[in-house]
Amino acid sequence: MSFDWKWEFTWAILPRLLAATLNTLMAAGIGYAIALVVGLALALGQRSGSRALTLALREFIEFVRSTPLVLQIFFIFYVGPQFGITLSPWVSGMLAIGLHYSAYLSEVYRAGIEAVPRGQWEACRALNMSTRDTYRRIVIPQALPASIPGMGNYLVGIFKDTPMLSVIGVAELMQAANSIGSETYRFLEPYTMVGVIFLAISLPVAGLVHLLEARVRRKLGM
Amino acid sequence: MDMSAYPLELPENDRPMVRFMNVTKSYGSLTVLDRLNLDVRRGEMVSVIGPSGSGKTTVLRMLMTLETISDGVIYVDGKPLTHMERGGVLVPADERHLRRMRASIGMCFQHFNLFPHMTALRNCMEGPVQVLGLSEREARTRSEELLAMVGMIDKKDQHPSRLSGGQQQRVAIARALAMRPRIMLFDEVTSALDPEVIGEVTNVIRKLVAEHDLTMLMVTHQMGFARDISDRICFFYKGQIEEQGPPEAFFTSPQRERTQQFLRAVKDAD
Repeated sequence: MSFDWKWEFTWAILPRLLAATLNTLMAAGIGYAIALVVGLALALGQRSGSRALTLALREFIEFVRSTPLVLQIFFIFYVGPQFGITLSPWVSGMLAIGLHYSAYLSEVYRAGIEAVPRGQWEACRALNMSTRDTYRRIVIPQALPASIPGMGNYLVGIFKDTPMLSVIGVAELMQAANSIGSETYRFLEPYTMVGVIFLAISLPVAGLVHLLEARVRRKLGM
Repeated sequence: MDMSAYPLELPENDRPMVRFMNVTKSYGSLTVLDRLNLDVRRGEMVSVIGPSGSGKTTVLRMLMTLETISDGVIYVDGKPLTHMERGGVLVPADERHLRRMRASIGMCFQHFNLFPHMTALRNCMEGPVQVLGLSEREARTRSEELLAMVGMIDKKDQHPSRLSGGQQQRVAIARALAMRPRIMLFDEVTSALDPEVIGEVTNVIRKLVAEHDLTMLMVTHQMGFARDISDRICFFYKGQIEEQGPPEAFFTSPQRERTQQFLRAVKDAD
């Protein structure tokens, strides 16, 4: 086998790959937004005091974390219709990836909340603060700095997992590279460029997360 | 437990600020407090002393509703704190009842528990603004007055991490007072402090005793301080009050064998 990289071909496919990159970013962004919100609900729900709810949520989280993402994607897209839930590839994909990462993010939140010392909760109680104010004003602001690195890791993680959505035909970056490959029988350039694009986005994001953490800590006077 | 033995409210002519009535606290088979009966009069300063594990801190924590009680009832100003009336009988209090009753009680902790992400001033303003609904301006005025009273006004914009233990505890006292409680609880507030800063905290408490009509309960290991400022000393041993009385009599002629042992032991340690 000879190594035969064609720059001309690379430049020709680049616009198509970059267009697909926008879809990838959108998928990662929407999926992450779902994961952030659902993850917080999962974390707070486990602290509600209801045993049944806590148990149900723990089971859900364990289930999600113990089965492959690709299976969850297939399940929502192909098995959903049998229960009368028919969703487009995009919606199925966002939902699967969002729910999948919500399970991981809820653990990040949970660890952050549990790291807030008991004395802080007791001080809130002694000041007669409501549960809502206790979380909003005291606990979450203190849990946040510790949670940011974990949240950042999963942001990069969700971005790297978007190629899985190609299995149900979401037109993201991997899907575009696959199409180019099967149309031209050239795989080296499209796949290499996919890797370069992922790297070019992941690295700065990880750096930004680091900066954000330092900034939040400073702002909270910690 | 049979709740019919407990009045829904204490009669007008018999209303101490705080009444513990047969209060028991147990964790599984371990009984921390055993049928405690204790009244604290309006404006009284009661010091709670005793060996560790005697249940003295639990008394304060139950009154602050940080711990639930296993049996008995606590009354505050004649009304049940740990319970509420439902159809003519007392049932365990719900969160709403607790929030209403808790408003008259404030507490300071051994480890201060200031909010680390807020300045000293903001720590004091937080309760008045969020809980009492005061305007920022009103809360600021009130908090600055109290910070001045505890001698911390010039540090009001510092975060707790920049303050010494004694300074943090003084801010914590101002924070609790900003809620205008009628009862103040001090749980070993000097135990975590370096010896040279204990005085700045005890001086603030002395000032409170002299200038305010607060009802106070204090758990402490500082016998001299307790003797100086208390109206009454309660000595706890194994979950019960072993002996109590006015400080002079208590320290000069303790009646019980265990009290004498304890006082000898703390004296030797000094």
